[in-house]
Amino acid sequence: MEAFAELVDKLYFTSSNLAKSAILRDYLRSTPDPDRGWAIAAIAGTLNFDLFKRKLIKDLIVERVDPVLFELSYDYVGEMSETVAHLWPTPEPSEPHENAEQSAFNKQAEKPLPSLSEVVKHFQNSTKQEVQESLIDLLNVMTPNQRWALIKLGTRGLRIGLSARFLKKILAEYAQISALTNDYQQTQEQITVEDIERVWHGVEPPYIDLFAWLEGKAAKPDISKKITFQPVMLSHPVDEELLPEMLADAYESDSPPGIASERPQAWQAEWKFDGIRVQLVVNENGKALFSRTGDDISHSFPDLLSSINAHVVSGVFDGELLAMHDGEIQSFNRLQQRLNKKKPTKKLMSENPVGMVLYDALFIDGKDLRECSLADRVDALHAWHQDKHEHFKEANQKHPVLRLSQALKFSSLAELRKLREQANHADGGFIEGLMLKKRDGRYVAGRPKGQWYKWKRDAKLIDAVIMYAQRGHGKRSSFYSDYTFGCWQDDTLLPIGKAYSGFTDAELKEIDKWVRRNTLGRFGPVKEVKKELVFEVAFDSVHESKRHKSGLALRFPRIHRIRWDKPAAEADMLSTLRSMIEK
Amino acid sequence: MRHPQHWIKTNENGLYCEALDAYIDPMQPVARAIVTHGHADHARAGHGEVFATPETMEIMRIRYGEDHAAKQVELAYGEKIAVGNGELHFVPAGHILGSAQAVIDHDNARLVLSGDYKRSYDPTCKPFEVTPCDVFVTEATFGLPVFRHPPINQEVNKLLASLALFPERCHLVGVYALGKCQRVVLALRELGYSKPVYMHGALLKLCSMYQQFGVELGEIVAVNDVENLKSLAGEIVLAPPSALNDRWSRKLPDVITAMASGWMQIRARSKQRKAELPIIISDHCDWPELLQTIREVNPGEVWVTHGREAALVHQAQKMGYKAKALSLVGYEDDAE
Repeated sequence: MEAFAELVDKLYFTSSNLAKSAILRDYLRSTPDPDRGWAIAAIAGTLNFDLFKRKLIKDLIVERVDPVLFELSYDYVGEMSETVAHLWPTPEPSEPHENAEQSAFNKQAEKPLPSLSEVVKHFQNSTKQEVQESLIDLLNVMTPNQRWALIKLGTRGLRIGLSARFLKKILAEYAQISALTNDYQQTQEQITVEDIERVWHGVEPPYIDLFAWLEGKAAKPDISKKITFQPVMLSHPVDEELLPEMLADAYESDSPPGIASERPQAWQAEWKFDGIRVQLVVNENGKALFSRTGDDISHSFPDLLSSINAHVVSGVFDGELLAMHDGEIQSFNRLQQRLNKKKPTKKLMSENPVGMVLYDALFIDGKDLRECSLADRVDALHAWHQDKHEHFKEANQKHPVLRLSQALKFSSLAELRKLREQANHADGGFIEGLMLKKRDGRYVAGRPKGQWYKWKRDAKLIDAVIMYAQRGHGKRSSFYSDYTFGCWQDDTLLPIGKAYSGFTDAELKEIDKWVRRNTLGRFGPVKEVKKELVFEVAFDSVHESKRHKSGLALRFPRIHRIRWDKPAAEADMLSTLRSMIEK
Repeated sequence: MRHPQHWIKTNENGLYCEALDAYIDPMQPVARAIVTHGHADHARAGHGEVFATPETMEIMRIRYGEDHAAKQVELAYGEKIAVGNGELHFVPAGHILGSAQAVIDHDNARLVLSGDYKRSYDPTCKPFEVTPCDVFVTEATFGLPVFRHPPINQEVNKLLASLALFPERCHLVGVYALGKCQRVVLALRELGYSKPVYMHGALLKLCSMYQQFGVELGEIVAVNDVENLKSLAGEIVLAPPSALNDRWSRKLPDVITAMASGWMQIRARSKQRKAELPIIISDHCDWPELLQTIREVNPGEVWVTHGREAALVHQAQKMGYKAKALSLVGYEDDAE
């Protein structure tokens, strides 16, 4: 546990990626299995405890510290683990703990702490009571830094400035360096970050088989029979200024001049559907639906999965989950009612049925398509869909739940702009812009450069007045960076949303100062401010919601501009916002 | 006795004492000011008349010029003077050289404005003295129970340990020019570090002023006077925080950035400063020291000026004291 705490602490304070990589590789070299695997799981956020959770930590601390002081401290520090690490009272050494005999980790301060794997195993296999007691004993003897590392284990995701992607890069580097010092590795091919991405979701902590492979002591873990999420390919926002240049390449071909649309196109355009990105995995061993981050969300959509016949459908499909009714795609607002429902009721499912629009395939019938070009993958997907058409019909699906995304025709930048203009005015609330994909690109996990672009439609804008402010977390800890704002209904401001982003660091400091000087009152961590400052708020869409008093809520609200110049009375009316709802 | 609540007001200039017709640490130029210590958010230029300790007055002259105030009344610790309808004297506050608590007596009531203060070891200034009073006005910069500042030796040892581990890297330490800088140098000396300490030009004047007042800092060398900057590998360089991520620091060889401040206890604050080596050294009270002070002063009432007022007021009330927040704005958390 000491080594792990030190690792986490070092990684947190190191800013250069080179140095972070060196620190982690050093740890992997000097730490035996299974400790190092658990550490990797903790950093990657794949470690989960049923009984050791944030809530438990909070319960324990408020038993020990005045709740008012705890709230104020948490508000200031901006992070639960660190707040508790500092606040946890160190017991007098002479006082033996009341549950001394029962707990596994009760010990004297001079003795070393249990190893990381002992801690993990204990927290995974003990009763609620045991977990609680061991946690108390550990926190009692630990330094604040060790407490911080321990509590972070239980709150999933360390947030120490080391992304999952970067972690895999470091693992690849670790493998490459191991290969240099390892004789039998010589003949094998070099392990790349892409290789690691592809097995990652099929291996489990503490990753013994993964490390054996990385160190050249065993073959690549075989995950082909598993129902496993494959990391998805993501897009970049389009840079409109670079668009002409990007597309110019598309028409520079050797083919003779002719009708523009007949020329080979380097880019494929599709609607960007406004649902949630999902991956459908089906093979003879089962079927599952994953979110784009790899969370298994099958339980939320049993209706979709039950309508897929695993004897007919086999593969890994990339697409958008959407609300669909009688073959018609519905607005995101409709889909939203289905999200985050662990066990949807029959009523909910029949009122808000869902379907999937497929736009890519990673595997079809056991064949790995990821090294093929997008053009070839799409052809394969369409051929497969055509082939299965009869089956879908037989399954008595009048409106198949699996549909295809169609490529949009365009032969010039002007036509592409027209399509986006169409997206701007699209009814139905399920199109949020355009996707542009390079037709010759492989399917690459992560966000490769120059491959996929999203060209979102214009954001909607509204002028709202800041009403409340709260301190931020993490990097913005102690700054007032979370703002609630509202629109007018007669003479009253009603809150419509909250935003944390869209401003620069310099603007953040300005607003923070403004908040401090214009505070009217305080409700716990929330400051009420004078109703004098107007934000131009950008958002993707607005829908009815009970979350705010106004009865409306915004999607992806962000601060577009700070209107220091605009009098609050001239901010928008609630009715204006209401008229922007898309049914 | 006339309760201080009747002769103390707060307004946009800060805290105003009607009895003495004087502001304490005002933000704006005023006719008569009592200045508790030399930090820039407490000591400003342009007052008509200033009451301060000789050290504080010297700091103000260094920073703002000889004529920073028309009339400058230097008052040594313990020396009493009649001002307006009351009497004023200064008592050491233990914050930085010259820092004082302002003790105001009026109509049989005593008010102590502690200014910024601390209770932990600091050989660069006189230690805080407990003064019984009716109303004790305290700051609350670190007024949350998460703040427990470790002993300074432990923190400065972190710097020395890093120097031993990376003897080829230049250790650049961000310090505030007034107080922190000199305290860090003295702590290094007490731990046996006898090599020269290198400094950014902005720190030099106040260091020589400290030395004039008898604080021995050992050999200090200006970075500007170093011919070959490569020779700073393995040395300690002190600079104001603003210079840490500035062009200035890029010329130094293979830098490890450290920052000495009480805020470094909070990880996100260290990150905001881009400090790789956070050194927790504070010239303010931590939470236990604040509580200890309230207990020892044992005043009739506690008023809290700036910082985390809500928590300290809550705690003082829990301890059985009448307490309120004065909610003064303008004193900066991060300034010094």
